[in-house]
Amino acid sequence: MNQFQYVRPTKQKAAIEALARDANAQFIAGGTNLLDLMKRGVMQPQKLVDINRLPLNKIERMDGGIRIGALALNSAVAEDQLVQQQLPLLAQALNAGASAQLRNMATVGGNMLQRTRCHYFYDTALPCNKREPGSGCGALEGINRMHAIFGFSDKCIAVHPSDMSVALAALDATVLVSGPKGERRIAFLDFHRLPGDTPQKDTNLEQGELVVAVEVPENAFPKNVHYLKVRERASYAFALVSVAAALQLDGNTIKAARLAMGGVAHKPWRLTEAEAALVGKPATEETFRQAAAVAMQGAKAFKHNAYKLKLAPNSIVQALKNAAGLA
Amino acid sequence: MKEQLLQDGKAVGDRMSRVDGRLKVTGAATYSAEYALPNLVHAVLVGSTIAKGRIRSIDTKAAERAPGVLAVITHVNSPKVPGFAAKQNPDEPPTIGQPLRVFYDDKIYFNDQPIAVVVADTLERARYAAGLVKTQYAAEPHQTNFEANKARGFLPTQAKRNPKSPQNDYDRGQKDGYQSAPVKLEAEYVHESEMHNPMELQSIIAHWEAPDRLTVYDKVQAVKGTQRAFAKDWALPEENVKVIATFVGGAFGNGLHNWPHETAAIIAAKVTNRPVKLVLTREQMFTMVGYRPKTWQRVAMGATRDGKLVGITHECIGQTSSYEEFTESSVQQTRMMYAAPNVSTRYRILGLDISTPIWMRGPGEATGAFALESAIDEMAHLLNLDPLEFRLRNHTDTDPEKNKPWSTKYLKECFQAGAERIGWSKRRMQPGTLREGDWLVGYGMGVGTFGANRGVAKVRAVLRADGSVLLQSATTDIGPGTGTAMVQIAADALGLSPDKIRFELGNSTFPTAPSQGGSSTVNTVGSAVLAACTELKQKLQQLGGAAFAGAAPDQLTLAGGQLGLRTNAAAKASLADLRKQNNGQDIEVTTEAKPGDARQKYSMYSFSVHFAEVRVHALTGEVRVTKMVSCADAGTIVNQKTAGSQMIGGAIGGIGMALHEGALMDDRFGRYVTKDLADYHVPVHADAPPVEVFFVNKPDTLVDPIGTKGIGEIAIIGVAPAIANAIFNATGKRVRELPITPDKLI
Repeated sequence: MNQFQYVRPTKQKAAIEALARDANAQFIAGGTNLLDLMKRGVMQPQKLVDINRLPLNKIERMDGGIRIGALALNSAVAEDQLVQQQLPLLAQALNAGASAQLRNMATVGGNMLQRTRCHYFYDTALPCNKREPGSGCGALEGINRMHAIFGFSDKCIAVHPSDMSVALAALDATVLVSGPKGERRIAFLDFHRLPGDTPQKDTNLEQGELVVAVEVPENAFPKNVHYLKVRERASYAFALVSVAAALQLDGNTIKAARLAMGGVAHKPWRLTEAEAALVGKPATEETFRQAAAVAMQGAKAFKHNAYKLKLAPNSIVQALKNAAGLA
Repeated sequence: MKEQLLQDGKAVGDRMSRVDGRLKVTGAATYSAEYALPNLVHAVLVGSTIAKGRIRSIDTKAAERAPGVLAVITHVNSPKVPGFAAKQNPDEPPTIGQPLRVFYDDKIYFNDQPIAVVVADTLERARYAAGLVKTQYAAEPHQTNFEANKARGFLPTQAKRNPKSPQNDYDRGQKDGYQSAPVKLEAEYVHESEMHNPMELQSIIAHWEAPDRLTVYDKVQAVKGTQRAFAKDWALPEENVKVIATFVGGAFGNGLHNWPHETAAIIAAKVTNRPVKLVLTREQMFTMVGYRPKTWQRVAMGATRDGKLVGITHECIGQTSSYEEFTESSVQQTRMMYAAPNVSTRYRILGLDISTPIWMRGPGEATGAFALESAIDEMAHLLNLDPLEFRLRNHTDTDPEKNKPWSTKYLKECFQAGAERIGWSKRRMQPGTLREGDWLVGYGMGVGTFGANRGVAKVRAVLRADGSVLLQSATTDIGPGTGTAMVQIAADALGLSPDKIRFELGNSTFPTAPSQGGSSTVNTVGSAVLAACTELKQKLQQLGGAAFAGAAPDQLTLAGGQLGLRTNAAAKASLADLRKQNNGQDIEVTTEAKPGDARQKYSMYSFSVHFAEVRVHALTGEVRVTKMVSCADAGTIVNQKTAGSQMIGGAIGGIGMALHEGALMDDRFGRYVTKDLADYHVPVHADAPPVEVFFVNKPDTLVDPIGTKGIGEIAIIGVAPAIANAIFNATGKRVRELPITPDKLI
């Protein structure tokens, strides 16, 4: 780990200024990911701007939805009554992530901004375009059983590890950011990026911009929801594949649907075409199979992750069955 | 002389809580890295980033200039270790070959090989400076790919040197006699390397108390073996090297070899003339301190249609490093487990550009059992026989390998107890037909065995003025509760309350004992405790005079601060009087115990059977072990509580072997990519089902006078195939490559 400066402003403006002035500075909140990365030399910020004293941890009802402060703890959001009642999908996704100890430290903003868990990103002795642009993608021809089947490039095939973000992508959330040029709103689906030629950039945040809150609009999915996380042990593992599924049912007919996947792409992978394939159909396994087939169009596997081509549609079917109460 | 057997007593068999439990849970137990020596400094290792080649140059200037740095040591400036020049293995095996000589020359044998050690006044400064060391390599092509090199597997040197070595080829009856059977199968089984990750990281404090006197606080399983190894390395008399390992936070075989980081710390202490603490990082645990080696196995099996085995052929190739030959007993149980007239086994090792493996709990037998017990299940399925019934039809009441009677064998009792407890009657003969909602349910079993080994040990017993007894022996306790068991044995042997007895271990100045390994500590050291206590009482008997003359040792008691006689309440001698007879000194004996000649007449093994109930998700391939029953024929159970904990720990370790563990190597770089506990999975609490434990608990006094046979290894041997067999029963899918992850089941 390198030596670094540490500041802990109490005002949002001061925090943003502290970062905007210094390209080698990083915000730190829970630190559950950044500290690991620093210890391994993967990230080497010269300055840490600790934002834990900013008043950004409220979870509140707002006009047309719920606003969750960027510093709200993952555990606090998952346990919040408002969230449990109106956004049960989000609560389920949060509880599927990490461990209780980590959820007690990790914040909503930090969860969105966590880095990929790709092996090659973490080992500074191995090539990784995300860590060191131009060094090559170690995973492309390497051990890639955890890697993407959608939206990858020849520069990077890593996946985004967040569970919470998959639910927020399904629920049409908006990210509120504040930066040197003022505030702006980013649709959640536009917040994370595909790797393209610049895999070093995980998100569309600009230098000095701070995530302030996430807003989730009111929705019609208070009950028929399921977050399915398939992993290699019962808890405390990143998803092989995860599915956020939400259904609005009228009797047995699907009136509306939301569907997103984790563990398959460089960003939470929203499945709008599969959602469309569900609407108006009866909530049956057959319908779910057809939607899953739509969802998988364009998927492509590498040497070790071909299983995802089967696991992903199966998981979509299972998540929808659970959401519809068919399981 | 015939050994005095342990009398019936209250302490042995009791569920006594650990004598050091309170120390451990309150943090008062001192582990290797926790000794607060004055002037202590901190060391951090730098590892190579290539798998093979030479160090062309190593630039340590920036590191040396970094704040707080006392020394940066590499092959360029390291003091010479006298034993390194001798080019010999400094200790008795675990291995044949030349253990890595750290900082000896510029050669690289594996990725993350220690190439420098940075010593600084704080850990943080040492770690920072370690990142400043810059190395240029002349890389050479490396070979780390097991499959690509499999044909290079060779017979271990120890087998070539010694025709009696169990690593030699073995044929009973016809070579490959299975081929003549009407029902045959052949199958290959593979598991990836499993990395040692006990809770406590490998750690050492090295302290040169004088230029020729070394003390190490070291996480090891053998304090005497470590003492011998370092004495040879540094050309010192053994008594000048002191090794302390009072508490060990899990080891599982990891501490049965001395590793490069230990000598790196000793060199660093020499250079800086300060006590040096070196604790490996979790990532370094994956690369330089041993592991269960990746292994390929082939089992061919033949049986008659009515379920009698005709023959088994078991071949195995295990990987090792390029510089040491590590071997284990992966095929040997196949020679003695079943009544097959024709058995052939072949064991080979394969040297690759990786670090040296070491035993991991249940060592080779756990590896071999995965293949053998899976194949038995496969054959039972081919024969349309219940696998329990198939095993009973091939049960053997004598050892078919050595043609000797078993000392004891209660495996059938284990079968019956386990089958009842798991609910074996619920198992369907047709796989894939028992279902609960989206989950497929299955049942499986696997048998384990391990030699009931016993070595030679000495114990010192001292009766002190306050009536308490101190026992000392240079064994270690890596977690099973050795001290507790020894106190229980001594309590019964002395007729004294356990709270009056203290057992000290983990110190090379104590009377000699072997390493804690191979499930043999109670057999070996427990026997020496019994012998020492017996001799102590005989000494007291002499000091006690006429009233005690002629009494058998087991009639003598020490309760209430006086020597007494079970048969005569009137016979009493106060401790004060006995001490007076002993010139006012503590009354002390040091006694050796060793196995007798029963070992030549009998085959001695512990046995276990594990039953697993699993659920496999029909769509996602996720596996949950929902219940396990582990049954052991391990002789006398000295402590039902700690022994039960060992069995539960073994079962959960076996779940890891079956479902989670396996290090992945990127052969292009010869570097593991899964090297932390996020990427390399072990079971978490949610993966651990209720584990019911059953002990036959019948003494085997041919093994040792206490009647124990050993538990540590059989707790895990046979677990992985029990789970693999249950998964087959649930799904109809036979997975022959561990770990069984969801991708292999969908």
